[in-house]
Amino acid sequence: MVLHWELIWRSLPLLLAGALMTVQLATIAVGLGIVIGTVAGMARLSQVKPVAILSRCYIDFIRGTPLLVQIFMVYMGLPQLTGVVIPPYYAAIIALSINSGAYVAEIVRAGIQSIDRGQTEAALSLGLSPSQVMRYVILPQAFRRIIPPLGNEFIAMLKDSSLVSAIALEELVRKGQIIITRTFRPFDIWLVVALLYLVMTILISRLVDWSERKLKVKPVEEREEEAARATAWEGGGFGPWLQMASLLRVRRPARERGEETT
Amino acid sequence: MIRVVDLHKKFGRLHVLRGITTEVRQGEVVVIIGPSGSGKSTFLRCLNLLEKPTAGEVYIEGVRVTDPHVNLRAVREEVGMVFQRFNLFPHMTALENIALAPHKVRGLSREEAEARAYELLERVGLRDKAKSYPDELSGGQQQRVAIARALAMQPKVMLFDEPTSALDPEMIKEVLDVMKALAAEGMTMVVVTHEMGFAREVGDRVIFMDEGVIVEEGPPQELFARPQSERTRTFLSKIL
Ligand SMILES: Nc1ncnc2c1ncn2[C@@H]1O[C@H](COP(=O)(O)OP(=O)(O)OP(=O)(O)O)[C@@H](O)[C@H]1O
Ligand SMILES: [Mg+2]
Repeated sequence: MVLHWELIWRSLPLLLAGALMTVQLATIAVGLGIVIGTVAGMARLSQVKPVAILSRCYIDFIRGTPLLVQIFMVYMGLPQLTGVVIPPYYAAIIALSINSGAYVAEIVRAGIQSIDRGQTEAALSLGLSPSQVMRYVILPQAFRRIIPPLGNEFIAMLKDSSLVSAIALEELVRKGQIIITRTFRPFDIWLVVALLYLVMTILISRLVDWSERKLKVKPVEEREEEAARATAWEGGGFGPWLQMASLLRVRRPARERGEETT
Repeated sequence: MIRVVDLHKKFGRLHVLRGITTEVRQGEVVVIIGPSGSGKSTFLRCLNLLEKPTAGEVYIEGVRVTDPHVNLRAVREEVGMVFQRFNLFPHMTALENIALAPHKVRGLSREEAEARAYELLERVGLRDKAKSYPDELSGGQQQRVAIARALAMQPKVMLFDEPTSALDPEMIKEVLDVMKALAAEGMTMVVVTHEMGFAREVGDRVIFMDEGVIVEEGPPQELFARPQSERTRTFLSKIL
């Protein structure tokens, strides 16, 4: 079995365009999913029963039905009801966002519930309103904790978005299919498609690791050092590049990074 | 200042407070002692409505806070609370912890709120820790920040729920010293504590609670020297 390198090379621009569409879909879907999920996650915990039940129904429906069916419902079902045709791109965005929102809602709910009750009590005792408590005390802490699961959600969405190839949206899988129907070289092409997904998911998990470390509260000395460094570089503008470079660094074992390994 | 009339609190079938009636005068320091589970924390939490009393009345500065239509926030703005486990906000610096409520609740500008926070940090002896996060502070320092945080709202009353019992012995004094200074300035305080030295030195009155009722109350010297009830005597013999 020899790979057809020439073909792979020629297909690459098309496949990369597909990969770009995949990243775009996943980014927008999870972005909107975070908005939807934050609202739905809080609603799920609401004292107002109908609100909590409504949110629960949404979450259960989405998590209990196949994404492919959800995509078809939006792409083909909605036009039948409303008479308005939705282009595949928008149908995909709508379906994926609503889907992501339900998973994010559960992540947000777990994040909120993981915050110690004493935090709410302390904040209430200072006279903050329940919504201020949520906004200034609970959510900022919860969001730090939910970065890793949100990263997983993003990776899952990156892969699951391949299902929108079923409505002929030209993301990575669809591009692969198109090339294969012209070239009859399924193994070569699917291998490249798989590797492109792999590269994307690895990069994203690096990004998540990095942001997790970035958001962790650092000791005073380190913060001051950083502030000093930042001012020293002002004008030089290397900061962002070094940060990007650090993304690509291989992950060192936890012990070496001085984290607790219990 | 505070008036409590026949206060009851039930958690389901558990009857925790069984008719508490007492008063706290302006500038008074009241120390509450009693065995674990006797309802001390529940009583304090009923005063700032973290728990909703089941029956009875609480008046703070003449306002009936047990009124179902009372503005909870307005009540809590006037009643500061310090918790056993500090409950500082871990994602904020000491300064931000203190400045949050004055800025968001009292409507001070950020600068004004921070100026007030610096003043209070000075008062609790932690000005140099303004930019530190809670997990970089010792327990005693965290509790002092928590006291400063409550004071930043300029409350009329301060409630303390076992403020030193989560602390290592060597840190207890620094927290008690802050509380003593506060008492000396005339702050009205209700303090649940087992620090008898503190009760003797700054307490105007000691309340002994057991099984959801006030068994006995009086000036610390008298209550410690000549407890009237058998239950008080048994309890005191265990902790003195
Ligand atoms: N939210 C709650 N739900 C159910 N029961 C509760 C709740 N809070 C307190 N209780 C119960 O009420 C009783 C009194 O509790 P409380 O915390 O007021 O006692 P305490 O005197 O402060 O005790 P300690 O010295 O241990 O702090 C205990 O039996 C406790 O289990
Ligand atoms: Mg208690």
